[in-house]
Amino acid sequence: MSDESAVLREPWLDFDRQREAAKFGIWVFLGSEALFFGALLMTYTVCRVEHPEAFAAAGRETNIWYGTINTAVLLTSSLSMAMASQAAESGMRFRRLVLGCLLATVLLGLAFIVIKGFEYKEDIDKHLVPGAGFALPQAGAQLFYGLYWLVTGVHAVHLSIGMVLVSRLFWMFYQRKLRISENPELEVTALYWHLVDIVWIFLYPLIYLPGRAS
Amino acid sequence: MNSSFSLPEATTHAVTVDHIFYLLLVLSGATVVLVFGLILLFAVRYRRGSSAKRGPMPELLSHEFEIGWTLATLLTFAFLFWWVSSADLSSLAAPVGALEIHVVAKQWMWKTQHSNGAREINALHVPINQPVHLLMSSQDVIHSFFVPAFRVKKDVLPGRDTDIWFQATETGVFSLLCAEYCGTNHSMMRGKIIVMRQEDYAKWLVQQPEGDDLAHEGAKLFVAQGCSGCHAGSSNVHAPRLDGLYGRAVQLSDGRTVKADDAYLRDSILEPKRDVVAGYEPIMPSFKGILDDGEIQSLTAYIRSLAQEKQND
Amino acid sequence: MTDALLAGELPLPPRPDYLRHGSTIASWLTTTDHKRIAILYAVTITFFFFLGGAAITAVRLELFQPNGWFLTSDSYNKLFSFHGIVMVWFFLVPSIPNTLGNFLLPLMIGAPDVAFPRLNLFSWYLTLAAGALTVYALLAGGVDTGWTFYTPYSSMFSNTHVFAAAAGVFVVGFASIATGVNFIATTHMLRAPGMTWFRLPLFVWAIYATSLIMVLATPVLAISLLLVIAERWLGLPIFDPSRGGDPVLFQHLFWFYSHPAVYIMVLPAMGVVSEIIPCFARRRIFGYDFMVYAMLAISGIGFFVWGHHMFVSGQSALASLVFSFLSFIIAVPSAIKVFNWTASLYRGQISFESPMLYALGFVGLFTTGGLSGLFLASIPVDIHVTDTYFVVAHFHYIMVGGSVSAFFAGLHFWWPKATGKLYPESWAKFAAILMYSGFNMTFLPQFFAGYLGMPRRYHTYPAEFQIYNVMSSAGAAVLAVAYLLPLGYLTWSLFYGGRAGNNPWEATGLEWTTTSPPPPKNFDWQPRVDREPYDYHAEGLSAGTDRPEVQNVREIQ
Repeated sequence: MSDESAVLREPWLDFDRQREAAKFGIWVFLGSEALFFGALLMTYTVCRVEHPEAFAAAGRETNIWYGTINTAVLLTSSLSMAMASQAAESGMRFRRLVLGCLLATVLLGLAFIVIKGFEYKEDIDKHLVPGAGFALPQAGAQLFYGLYWLVTGVHAVHLSIGMVLVSRLFWMFYQRKLRISENPELEVTALYWHLVDIVWIFLYPLIYLPGRAS
Repeated sequence: MNSSFSLPEATTHAVTVDHIFYLLLVLSGATVVLVFGLILLFAVRYRRGSSAKRGPMPELLSHEFEIGWTLATLLTFAFLFWWVSSADLSSLAAPVGALEIHVVAKQWMWKTQHSNGAREINALHVPINQPVHLLMSSQDVIHSFFVPAFRVKKDVLPGRDTDIWFQATETGVFSLLCAEYCGTNHSMMRGKIIVMRQEDYAKWLVQQPEGDDLAHEGAKLFVAQGCSGCHAGSSNVHAPRLDGLYGRAVQLSDGRTVKADDAYLRDSILEPKRDVVAGYEPIMPSFKGILDDGEIQSLTAYIRSLAQEKQND
Repeated sequence: MTDALLAGELPLPPRPDYLRHGSTIASWLTTTDHKRIAILYAVTITFFFFLGGAAITAVRLELFQPNGWFLTSDSYNKLFSFHGIVMVWFFLVPSIPNTLGNFLLPLMIGAPDVAFPRLNLFSWYLTLAAGALTVYALLAGGVDTGWTFYTPYSSMFSNTHVFAAAAGVFVVGFASIATGVNFIATTHMLRAPGMTWFRLPLFVWAIYATSLIMVLATPVLAISLLLVIAERWLGLPIFDPSRGGDPVLFQHLFWFYSHPAVYIMVLPAMGVVSEIIPCFARRRIFGYDFMVYAMLAISGIGFFVWGHHMFVSGQSALASLVFSFLSFIIAVPSAIKVFNWTASLYRGQISFESPMLYALGFVGLFTTGGLSGLFLASIPVDIHVTDTYFVVAHFHYIMVGGSVSAFFAGLHFWWPKATGKLYPESWAKFAAILMYSGFNMTFLPQFFAGYLGMPRRYHTYPAEFQIYNVMSSAGAAVLAVAYLLPLGYLTWSLFYGGRAGNNPWEATGLEWTTTSPPPPKNFDWQPRVDREPYDYHAEGLSAGTDRPEVQNVREIQ
């Protein structure tokens, strides 16, 4: 049984068309994700315009070390994901590289979550959770942190979904249940992972840089 | 019970709104007659098997025709937009010298206060033929101040003032209704607007019990709530003086300069740590939950009166 | 497939159609056949339609009396909220796209299925899960925020099951997004050879335009509800003015989705009507190109008019003027479509089977509802009538008079194709006429009540409005009967109806070239398209009485 027919799905008669459709579909879905995060970022923007000093004061309380290290981690994971995707083009020749890069992607994603966990703990210890006993006096600061927890939480959920998808691919490739070259699932997963990364690139300056730029 | 079939046009504004409404009604009616008429005509004339002429379609019904009627529709609607919008621009801002009345909405009642301090619950007496400017805020959720006979409506928000104005042209009693769903008794949050002749209104106003005007009431609160403990001249605490403050520019500790208007005073009372005056410590306590909106309006009126007194000195 | 089969020279061996191909419950619940998924959706939305209908029956009964008579205010508020939530998200949004759209899109473009069949099934399961959350909210005591969930009432004051209801809507939003992605990809990637974009049936264009909105608008709804849930559950201050938040921000986020959502509800209906009128008038649709551009314009401009729901919210006069202007502009493409449907009757050979009755009813009711929209686009008039029954009448004319009529039109038109059965036509005609009458009796009085000042969402109301409420409630009783009738005779037809041939209406369109019901893979040969849609007669002529040549000639019994 050829690998190809194992991957060809209904309603496609033609594997190339199936791949094209998968890529097209994920791009359309990424459009909806852009609006999803866009709405959150628009909310942030409106609130920041309303409370500029409060946001600056709040932004200064974020831990820029955790944030910057996490940015490096995530960008590197996108690199490994892109390498996996590129290496897969040549099929079995770079099988170990593909597997290694996918594994690296998952581990880097996990590192991001762990570092985020430490950051969250520190935030809680510093009473940066909106509600009674909030550390900063300005009303807008609670707004900043409310959005901070929400946006980073939503981002983390997306990242976790990405990690599950990449882990699944790793496992299926490792068990040789899926063909590696020209695999639509790999391309779809890679694009999704890059979205998660790009969202973070927008989040980083909005979370860590207010109040610090000048 | 009001009429089931007609609504009074009890303000200058109502007449304009009704004119626009009737124009649109005529246009819509004509369109409905045209569309329904044509459909019925074609349905009968071109029913299957009828002897009406079919054959080649007339040349008139071409692409150019379509572009033509599209443009005609576009221009008609654009013109309609311009016509209806420009007809009512005067409603945007209250005229100078309008009678100012404060309205506070809460679940599920309306509290109104005249500038001389007269208060009413679920009622508002106003004089005829005089612009009335309502400044409104909510103590809890979003409500909406709706007087159908006046053709006015505006949402009443928590944390922010909204305003409308009207000039009543008929005496009488008109229904006030809440028009933004606000919980269990939303449909019972109703009141009455009583429009009186000017002499009658003046008499009524004078007769109102405990008619302390807002500024006097504010002066009493200023002492009772402890504001004078820090802000009065004799205090040991280093707090900004309030004489002549209203309307002046204030330099804040973060470098910005703001104007001491109603919003600034309200924020200073409710969120004193937000905009701290330059050269002062952020030690003022917040009065959120201690003072309600009506009391804040009184204090604001008092502080405003201090500026006027200073001018008069 | 052998070459001989492709050329259609050999008779095919008999095989079961999609309904009979696998008859276990498991085969239905794990199906990836778009036609079966369409049936699953049809059952689901019918259930929700009657659930939402039951809620509003209680409401209209209560409104016979100005001061109520059997409901508490809290119960009343929960009932109208439930009615709105269920009808908008669990009936109107999925109805035409997920039942008729799912069934017909691949057939109309000559494809064997949608682009992502498993995602299609997943969408249905998401809808079920979401429905379960919403029904849970009802059973646990209801939600009383209105379907619009305005803050700060929903985020800080309501003591009802806002979380469950909002979560239900959040989840069904993802079903909507998945459907949209699926349909867009299908239209781009699976058209049969020769099926170019401008040969697509208008229903396909309608579904495509709808899917664009589903994909781009729904995420913003998800965020707006997520923010409300976060505020209630985690104490975040986004909409709390005492902590720096702005409750009006919610309105902007909510309406940014909910206005385009009304086009999700009406564009597919327009697509259905564009299929039916040409068939029963035996005429090519007038102005095909403009019909396409009009639908795309509606879906595009629809994203920029949301502020017309907020003229009295405290937004700036400038913002209101901009939104008012764009709202007048967006009326233009709809008007063009009404002109074109009317013109498509000219020199036709019109017959009045029930799908046509429903379709013509749509044109009339949509026109009325659309014209009432001009009143609402005018700021001075809107200030008076917003939040009154005038608005309630306006949107029911379009969503019920419009979309529901069109849904019934499509249901009847494609019923023989989907089930292989014919329904009793005289019952159907009677139901259509009863529905049209009952609808007008219910909603026309509401325009009057609204202008005279009766606010919406009012459990008790000033006595002068009673006459309109009695008329409206009486009409609702007629309407209820009119909706129950098809439930009866359509179900009857499944068991006792006559057998339908491939093309009982003698319509053009690829779906009519295959069997009724279709085989699992839709076509037993590869469809190829070499002519325009609505090919009822030669170009430049008007209707004749000849049967149109069926595309692809082959008729396999």
